[in-house]
Amino acid sequence: MIKIENVTKKFPGMEIPAVKDLNLEIKEGDICVLVGPSGCGKTTTMKMINRIHEPTSGSIYIDGQDALKMNPIKLRLDIGYVIQEIGLFPHMTIEENVATVPNEKKWPKEKTKKKVAEMLTLVGLDPELHGKRYPSELSGGQRQRVGVARAMATDPPIMLMDEPFGAVDPITRAKLQNEFLRIQERVGKTIVFVTHDIDEAIKMGDTIAVMRDGELVQHASPNDLLSAPADEFVSSLVGRNRSIKRLHLIRIREILSDLDRPKPAKVDTSVDDIRKQLDESDIRSVMVVDRDNKLKGIIGINDLKKKTGEQAADYIQELDQSVTSDATLNDALSVMLECGEGYVAVVNEDDQYQGTITLGDLLNVVKEDE
Amino acid sequence: MAKTLFRWLFVPLLLIAAGIVISVYTVNNPTDSLVARALTYDSILKSLREHLWLMLVSMIGAIVVGVLVGIMLSRPKLYYLGRGVENVVNVGQTIPSLAILALFFTIIGLGFRVAVFALFLYSILPILRNTFAGIINVPDSIIESARGMGMSPFRILTLIELPLAFPIIVAGIRTAIVINVGAATLATFIAAGGLGELIVIGLSLRRDMIVLTGASLAALTAIILDYLIGQVEAKVVKWV
Ligand SMILES: Nc1ncnc2c1ncn2[C@@H]1O[C@H](COP(=O)(O)OP(=O)(O)OP(=O)(O)O)[C@@H](O)[C@H]1O
Ligand SMILES: [Mg+2]
Repeated sequence: MIKIENVTKKFPGMEIPAVKDLNLEIKEGDICVLVGPSGCGKTTTMKMINRIHEPTSGSIYIDGQDALKMNPIKLRLDIGYVIQEIGLFPHMTIEENVATVPNEKKWPKEKTKKKVAEMLTLVGLDPELHGKRYPSELSGGQRQRVGVARAMATDPPIMLMDEPFGAVDPITRAKLQNEFLRIQERVGKTIVFVTHDIDEAIKMGDTIAVMRDGELVQHASPNDLLSAPADEFVSSLVGRNRSIKRLHLIRIREILSDLDRPKPAKVDTSVDDIRKQLDESDIRSVMVVDRDNKLKGIIGINDLKKKTGEQAADYIQELDQSVTSDATLNDALSVMLECGEGYVAVVNEDDQYQGTITLGDLLNVVKEDE
Repeated sequence: MAKTLFRWLFVPLLLIAAGIVISVYTVNNPTDSLVARALTYDSILKSLREHLWLMLVSMIGAIVVGVLVGIMLSRPKLYYLGRGVENVVNVGQTIPSLAILALFFTIIGLGFRVAVFALFLYSILPILRNTFAGIINVPDSIIESARGMGMSPFRILTLIELPLAFPIIVAGIRTAIVINVGAATLATFIAAGGLGELIVIGLSLRRDMIVLTGASLAALTAIILDYLIGQVEAKVVKWV
C-alpha cells in the first residue's frame, strides 16, 4: 500500500510548486492511474515515491513505513520502474538489461539467467531469439516490452510506470495494454501508472487520480469518474461521449458468453449444409474452423454463389484481423472500423475460435448504459 | 582465436617490417659519407628508443590523469567547473606545440623530463575534454532509469557512464596520439632527443634521406599505436 500525505514539491528556482499538498492512497494490488494535462505534475508525483525527487514537505508511506527515512537505494531495489523514454542501456544486450536489478541484488548467476528467460517469455519475447540482441536491434514495441520485463525481474511488489506504452502505434499499444493486464491479473502488483490519455486511464485503472496544476482533482474508480465527474475540468477531460468510453471498461469475454451465435462450420463441412444453415437463419456469413478449432476464415452468402466446390474449405475468405477475449469492446470496435466490417472474430492465444462480436452487440452495450 | 591474434599482430608486424626495411636500406645505401655517419643502426635505435619513451610516458600519464580528471569534473557537484575547464582546454589546444615547448624551455629548462611534461600537458587536453563530454552526454533518461532501479552512483559510473563514453574517450586518445607524434619530433629542440633529432640533423645537412628516415619511422610508430587502440575499441564496443 502506498500513502501520500500532504506532499508538496517545489523545484528550486520555480515560482509555483509542481505538486501541491497532494493526498493519495493506493490500495495493495491496485493499478492507480495518474492522469491530467501535460505539466500537471504526474511524473513528479510518481518520482517522489522512489525518491528520484525528494518532496519539499509531506510524507510518503509504503506499507506503513516512512519512505523518506529509508535508504533510497534499498527502497528503489524493491520498486519496479519504467520511464517514458524506456531508458534501456544501449551497450548491454536485452538479457543484460533485464538482469540489471537481479545483479544489483547479487542473485546467483543461474537464478538470474532463469529469471531473465522467464521474464522475456512473459512479455512475449523469445529469449533465444532476442536475448542476445542490443536495444538498437529491436522495434519500439519490443523495447517497451523489455522495459517492463526489466522492471519486473525481481518481482517487486510495487511498480511505477510513466507512460510505458507511449511511444507505439495504437494497435500495438492496445496489444501491450491487454498483455500487461493479463500479467497483472496473475501477479497482482501495486502499480502507479502515469498517462495523459484518458482512454488508457479508463482501461488500465482500478482507480484514476485526475490532476491539474499540481493538485488532485478527483480520485475515483473509472466507472464513478465517468458517471460522476467532480467538476467541469474532469467532465471535459473524460469528454462528451462517455457511453462510448465505457466500451473501454468492458472486456469481450464478459459479454461473449451471453451472445447467441451459430456454431462455426468445419473446413470439411459440405456446402449444402452451410447453405442450409445460412438460409434458415438471418445471418449472412459463418466462421470456419479446422479440426483443432483454429480459426481459418469466413464464408459469406455471396461467396457461395461466386465459387464452386464441395466443402467449406473451397470458399473460405481469410480474415485480416481478430481479437482476443481479454481485449476491450473498444479494441473490438477499432478493429471493425479498421477492417470496414460489422463484425470481428474472437480467438484465444492459440488462435482457437471463441465467438464473434458484431457492431450490434456494441450498440446494445452502449444503449443499456444510458 | 587464431584469427583475432592474426588481426592484432598482422598489421603491426607489417609496419614494423617496413620500418626495419627502411632502416636497413638507408644504413646500407648512404648517398654520401655525411649520411653514412648520421645514419647508423646505433643512432637510429637510440633516436627510436628516446622517441618511444617520450611518447609512451607522456601518453600513459595523459590517459590516466585525463580520464580521472574528466570523470571528476563530470560529477554533478563539479559540473560547472567542468564546463569552465572545457573552455580553457579548447583555448589551450589552439596554442602551437612549438610554442608550448618554447614556453617550458624558458620556464624549466632543457631535457627529457621537460619534454615529457610538455607532451603530457599537451596530450591531456583532448583526453580530458572527451572524457568529460562523453560522460556528460549520456542521456539523462538512461542515468535516471539506472538510478530508479537502485544502482549506486559508483555502479552507474562504472557500468553505464564509462562504457557509454568509451568510444568518445578512445577518440580523444587517438587525437592525443596524433598530436603527440607531431610534438614529440619537436622535443629535440630542447635536447630531449627522439626521431626529431634525425630530422633536424637531416635538415641542417641538407640530406633528404636522413629527414625521410626520421619522419617515416615517427609516422610508422603513430600508425601502429593508433591501429592497436582501434582494435581495442572494436573489441569492446559491440553495441553501435
Ligand atoms: N527537474 C525539474 N526541475 C525543475 N522543474 C521541473 C523539473 N521536473 C519537472 N518540473 C516542472 O514541474 C511541473 C510538472 O512536471 P511533470 O513532469 O510532473 O509533468 P507531467 O504531468 O508529468 O507532464 P507530461 O504529461 O508532459 O509528462 C512542470 O511545470 C515542469 O516544468
Ligand atoms: Mg511526465
